[in-house]
Amino acid sequence: MANDTVLTPVEHIKARSNYLRGTIKEGLADTATGALAEDDTQLSKFHGFYQQDDRDLRSERMRQKLEPAYSFMIRVRVPGGIATPAQWLALDELATSQANNSLRLTTRQAFQFHGVVKGDLQSTIRRINYSLLDTIAACGDVNRNVMCTPVAETSAVHEGAYRVATQISEHLTPQTTAYHEIWLDGEKVAGTQDHEPIYGATYLPRKFKIAVAIPPSNDVDIFAQDLGYIAIEQDGKLIGFNVTVGGGMGVTHGEAGTYPRVADVIGFCTPEQVVDVAEHVVGIQRDNGDRTNRKHARLKYTIDDRSIEWFKDELAKRLGYALPKPKSYRFASRGDVFGWAKDRHGQWHLTLFIPEGRIQDRGKARVLTGLRELARVHKGDFRLTANQNLIVSGISDAARPSVEGLLTEYGIQQLQSISPLRQQALACVALPTCALAMAEAERYLPDLTSNVEALLDRHGLVQEPISLRITGCPNGCARPYLAEIALVGKAPGRYNLYLGGDALGHRLNRLVHENIDENNILATLDGLFARFAAERSNGESFGDFAHRALPAVEAR
Amino acid sequence: MAASPSTIPIAPITGVALQSLHSAVADFDREQLIWSSGYLAGLARAGNAVEQPQPAAAAGPDAWTVFYATETGNSRRVAQSLAERARDAGVAVDLQDLRDVRPKALAKLTRAAFVLATHGIGEPPDGTETFFDFWQSDRAPRLENLEYAILALGDSSYADFCAMGRLFDERLRALGAKPVVDPIECDLDFDEPAADWSGKLVEHATKNLTVSTANRVQRVPLRAVSKLPSKDRPFDAELLLDQRITGRGSSKDVRHIELGLEGSGLSYLPGDSLGVVPENPPRLVEALLDVVQLDGDAAVTLGERQTSLAKALSFSKEITVVSRPLIEHAAKQHDALQRILDDRSQLADFFATRQIIDLLADYPHAWEAQELVDSLRRLSPRLYSIASSPDANPDEAHLTVSVVAFEQFGRAHWGAASNYLISGTRTVPVYVEPNDRFRLPADGDTPIIMIGAGTGVAPYRAFVEHRQELGHRGDNWLVFGDRNFASDFLYQLEWLRYRKDGILSRLDVAFSRDRAEKVYVQHRLLEQAKGIYEWLERGAHVYVCGDASHMAVDVHAALQTVVEQQGGVSAERATEYLNQLKSARRYQRDVY
Repeated sequence: MANDTVLTPVEHIKARSNYLRGTIKEGLADTATGALAEDDTQLSKFHGFYQQDDRDLRSERMRQKLEPAYSFMIRVRVPGGIATPAQWLALDELATSQANNSLRLTTRQAFQFHGVVKGDLQSTIRRINYSLLDTIAACGDVNRNVMCTPVAETSAVHEGAYRVATQISEHLTPQTTAYHEIWLDGEKVAGTQDHEPIYGATYLPRKFKIAVAIPPSNDVDIFAQDLGYIAIEQDGKLIGFNVTVGGGMGVTHGEAGTYPRVADVIGFCTPEQVVDVAEHVVGIQRDNGDRTNRKHARLKYTIDDRSIEWFKDELAKRLGYALPKPKSYRFASRGDVFGWAKDRHGQWHLTLFIPEGRIQDRGKARVLTGLRELARVHKGDFRLTANQNLIVSGISDAARPSVEGLLTEYGIQQLQSISPLRQQALACVALPTCALAMAEAERYLPDLTSNVEALLDRHGLVQEPISLRITGCPNGCARPYLAEIALVGKAPGRYNLYLGGDALGHRLNRLVHENIDENNILATLDGLFARFAAERSNGESFGDFAHRALPAVEAR
Repeated sequence: MAASPSTIPIAPITGVALQSLHSAVADFDREQLIWSSGYLAGLARAGNAVEQPQPAAAAGPDAWTVFYATETGNSRRVAQSLAERARDAGVAVDLQDLRDVRPKALAKLTRAAFVLATHGIGEPPDGTETFFDFWQSDRAPRLENLEYAILALGDSSYADFCAMGRLFDERLRALGAKPVVDPIECDLDFDEPAADWSGKLVEHATKNLTVSTANRVQRVPLRAVSKLPSKDRPFDAELLLDQRITGRGSSKDVRHIELGLEGSGLSYLPGDSLGVVPENPPRLVEALLDVVQLDGDAAVTLGERQTSLAKALSFSKEITVVSRPLIEHAAKQHDALQRILDDRSQLADFFATRQIIDLLADYPHAWEAQELVDSLRRLSPRLYSIASSPDANPDEAHLTVSVVAFEQFGRAHWGAASNYLISGTRTVPVYVEPNDRFRLPADGDTPIIMIGAGTGVAPYRAFVEHRQELGHRGDNWLVFGDRNFASDFLYQLEWLRYRKDGILSRLDVAFSRDRAEKVYVQHRLLEQAKGIYEWLERGAHVYVCGDASHMAVDVHAALQTVVEQQGGVSAERATEYLNQLKSARRYQRDVY
């Protein structure tokens, strides 16, 4: 373990927090400020929310002698992304009454509320829990929402994969009673001592991300996860999972020691071994992760600082057995397949494109209201995809016309006629709420895609399914380093341009231009699209072409 | 004196002046001589801004005691000016603030003049309640030997205009006292009628002097002719900053205004107000001319002065706040208005909701330009509690101004001074209106509880800034209320900083429109009853600033409850407790 004196401040905050309590309760009672105490803003993440402020208003409010317009982003944990209509309605109610009239679908299949004020935090979190969802460990230095490929219609193994996802999620949920105490019944159970059997009192050095992928879809970007499970199907049955470790996106501008990393596939485990493997991978990171530098604290650095062989040995030691060799698998897609699909049991599943993952009413596209109406009559469930879209799952033949009617009535159907570029495009939330954002992302994505579409159109490429991702900072929430085209925010209106990831999320892209504005971005893409149209080899994706052509681009 | 090397003190009065003094007192008996010495000492002291209370017993048999009951300082000014004139005329005068008077002291007097302000809706000025309670009660003794005169001050834009003066006049008559000058009721433009009334009273008093008027004391200038800016001679302060301090989405537009006083000679203390002499909003003048169908260029006379109607309405006349005489004038042609005048609650509602433009538009009349001007009151300066410490901001005064602009009855309405301050004017005519009734404790270690809503927080900004600047260690507790937390927490960043720095020991806020249930400052007081009572018991001063009609009443009731509950005493004892706080100047209010 590292010397105490060099531990990061957050480690000290965790250590003295008494299992994540800190002074959150006192902070909620202080009505003179919309903020929490500074230390508590670190702890709040473990409870599932971030303190944010409307950055558009910061300087204006400073002059008005008002504190920043603080509000909170609450993240709802939805293991595997599956929610019932009743849960949807509960969240919709909160979005309308407590948040900013919108629900955000995240790249980790979770829901986010934005704009919840401090005075509404407790009631909101309480009501989320009443709906049998929760927010604990949705953020923070713990295992976050466990992802799982949500498609039901194409895979016989979804049920088993989803089951392990929820098992992992439950097993790795923090045990502290602070969550219950602060948000639910408000009572401290006298004489009880908190204990975190898996995490310990200081939890993990950094966030930890787990996903389960069901080939041929790599929608969850399995190689971007700290720990991944690739479902292996044999004769229509789920026989187990290939285990991946050490993926991660986060980078810091100007810090050479930080980098995105593609996960290693280290072996195979049975469905019964999944939870055990998860516990011990987490244990290795808990004991060996770097607690002296948060920019070097993810599992990917723990592995690279030693070696993948060391990691496998350590895991085998802890498990009491070595994982056998991985099975063969093949990914064929990463984006969502939109529209209607029928499964083996004759049920329909409708995958809807949700612009920027934002469930809201905007003009004629009344997505929030329309989905509320749909949830009132829907008998199946709702599934959040890793691409910030939504599957309305389990629709009978008889119900299909009424669903189609609602989609048309609320202008959701009209949103579906879009280019392949837009279908796959991802953006993180960024400005105005995210404190980390250096540039626009979600708010800029519609304009950006329109501009890029226009360029593609010029070169006859508009039907190319190119992955375009944009984030407001280098931390990688929209997994930009695995996109064919990525913009990573550097400053207002300025981005780093990355090109050359592959279409399926196996290969990282590369930095092509640093700190350039929209004109430069579009000019670069225009030139490259022209060359791609003229020079592409048969069936070559744009990402592969750019990867191949990049040296020339860089030399220019 | 500096010219003389002599060590023997030389009398400052010599020659003719000394002879005059000798002749003036030649016929005096011993008692008169002793009294005169006190009188002259009093004259010498009268140069002080703060009138020293003098014991009534010091006055001779012909002496008049001039009582004033004041909230804003107007009554005090009228009383002071009466006292000066009377003294000039050789009448002995004892000037008394009614708050400092034992109620029964009046029973021993034979001559008393009263300058009585009515506060809010028919209420006595703060601190004078016990006096009026006593004299209205059955315990009040007869006053057969009392000669008196009453000047009532009020604001005819309130329903119970001059009620305190009127009721007290009736009461004195009922107790057998004899009015020697007809009582008068004065509106905000009281200077002229007050001078007239004072003249009559002084004339009466000199007629009845037992001391020969032939030996009148030469006028001794009471104070050097003041060079300081005043209501009539305001200083053009530079407008340094006009910053909106309510956030987006607020239902109110509140400004933080900073004014430069450099070179004005003006000085102030936390608690004082700044008088702003406004110009009326040009849009309102236009709208008004349109309603009455008059040409702004029409010639009118203002006293001796010729001017145009538009100019009179812009710079000289009150054109927002309705006054009683205007209603009375318009009622000559509108029975409906007469019925409103005759019904107190309707009238109160009319005053509360209507501005002059509503009256003129809804009750049309073929106004002549001069007739209109004559029916309107003089444009009054507006008083704003100063929101800054002079020590922390030398040569500046800050104001917290709520901009009055709203649509009602299908018409735009504007407040005069607030719109003038934000009109883009580069200078603002101002003067300082002292308010000795809203002062920090002399002892910097004394704790204070500051209760305020909306722009009522202004003087507290001055208080806290001042205490920090002077290094005063007393605990400070602010209880602030407004509508919405996100947009209306006036000076939030400053309060949070004061709290962080330990200057503000406690900070409680109440926002009425954030939740279904409305929370006001009085609710916070009740929640914090234990703490409030503890602070009171350790000598805290309590301040209340802001809305008079609701907030101040509710806060008072809450304090009453706090004392009853926490002190475990009866309602009567709690009332007494609060009255004692008031008498000890530990419970001070600046409400409007």
